[in-house]
Amino acid sequence: MKKAIIYINQFFAGIGGEEEADHQPEIREGLVGPAMLLNQLSDAEVTDTIICGDNFMGSNEEEAVEKILGFLEDKEFDIFFAGPAFQAGRYGNACGVIGKAVKEAFDVPVISSMNEENPGVDMFKKDIYIFPGGKSAAKMKDDMAKMAELGNKILNGEGPLTAEEEGFFTRGIRHQVWLEDSKPAADRAIEMLLKKVNGEEFKSELPIPKIDRVPIAEPIKDLSEATIALATSGGIVPVDNPDKIQSASATRWGRYSVEGLDNLPNREAGEFKTIHAGYDPAAADANPDRVVPLDALRAYEEEGRIGKVHEYFYTTVGTGTTEAEAARMGQEMVEYMKDEGVDAVILTST
Amino acid sequence: MANLIPVAETVGANRMVPTISIPYPLGDPESSEDEQWKLRYHRVGVALEALETAIDEQTVFEV
Repeated sequence: MKKAIIYINQFFAGIGGEEEADHQPEIREGLVGPAMLLNQLSDAEVTDTIICGDNFMGSNEEEAVEKILGFLEDKEFDIFFAGPAFQAGRYGNACGVIGKAVKEAFDVPVISSMNEENPGVDMFKKDIYIFPGGKSAAKMKDDMAKMAELGNKILNGEGPLTAEEEGFFTRGIRHQVWLEDSKPAADRAIEMLLKKVNGEEFKSELPIPKIDRVPIAEPIKDLSEATIALATSGGIVPVDNPDKIQSASATRWGRYSVEGLDNLPNREAGEFKTIHAGYDPAAADANPDRVVPLDALRAYEEEGRIGKVHEYFYTTVGTGTTEAEAARMGQEMVEYMKDEGVDAVILTST
Repeated sequence: MANLIPVAETVGANRMVPTISIPYPLGDPESSEDEQWKLRYHRVGVALEALETAIDEQTVFEV
């Protein structure tokens, strides 16, 4: 029987949530968490489960990859699975990082699943098979079924077919195929051209991926004259969260005055805390400057390195927040900044 | 300023300065107050240098 190994994070392993996100990589013989479901659905036997905390992978990527590849060195396996990661950005990143590394080191097929809004999709869809998945673990069964199904096809020598036919994200890899009607490329191109000329719908065989890039801003000529604003996706807000910014999947943002403050007083002082649900709040609550470095920027203001610190800092929550919402909120913030003469922004993300 | 630089690259940030972790980008609670301050002051300084540097592609600034 063929053998499979799966990678999951500390949460799905039942070890814990944010407080355990620094969990070191480990391998356990047998089935942990979603590995059980995969084992039911897969034609392969799932022999081992690899577990790693999302923050550990995010902050110590090289060490995590090295350890995990080390675990796998003496294992026999024909296929590797990671996730599903749903809309969890750090988990998606981790699945992609480890999936790509395993693919390169052992040359086995690697299959994952992530929601289309998960940044891991764009980062790793070229490297491994990633299926579009649900937003949350409610879709565990559906998402894992797709992963297992493709795995079974590959193990049985029946696939994969094209991304379009299988349903995974297009990888941008071109394959040579024989068309059933054997129509030559020149004829197909002319047919497309005629359709285009006639204003009819046509389907390109070489779609150009949409690239959404922000133009690079000109450098600041003289920082000593510039007004610098602070912004964050780390959810730092006044303790009563007056704008009711959501703790995840945010659609709201706020800006709060730092006038007269040398640093951001903490939660205990009744002033600022984080409402971000995607990371352990202890460090940010104890000292919000760890996320919004007002104290450091004030020091540069004092030295005359910058003109001044803008009166407000801008804040929202980045976890589960879609790129579309983030872009809208960013544009709304920029309107205020422009009106009030902000020259540049330092944004910290968590 | 971000810990997950590959994510920042993917979503299109142009000037990037690495931080040290997700829950505490600019100050490890395990280290002394003085070390945390030095780290924060240094990395914000790098961010300021980034703002005055002309670039023609996405750039990660060294810390």
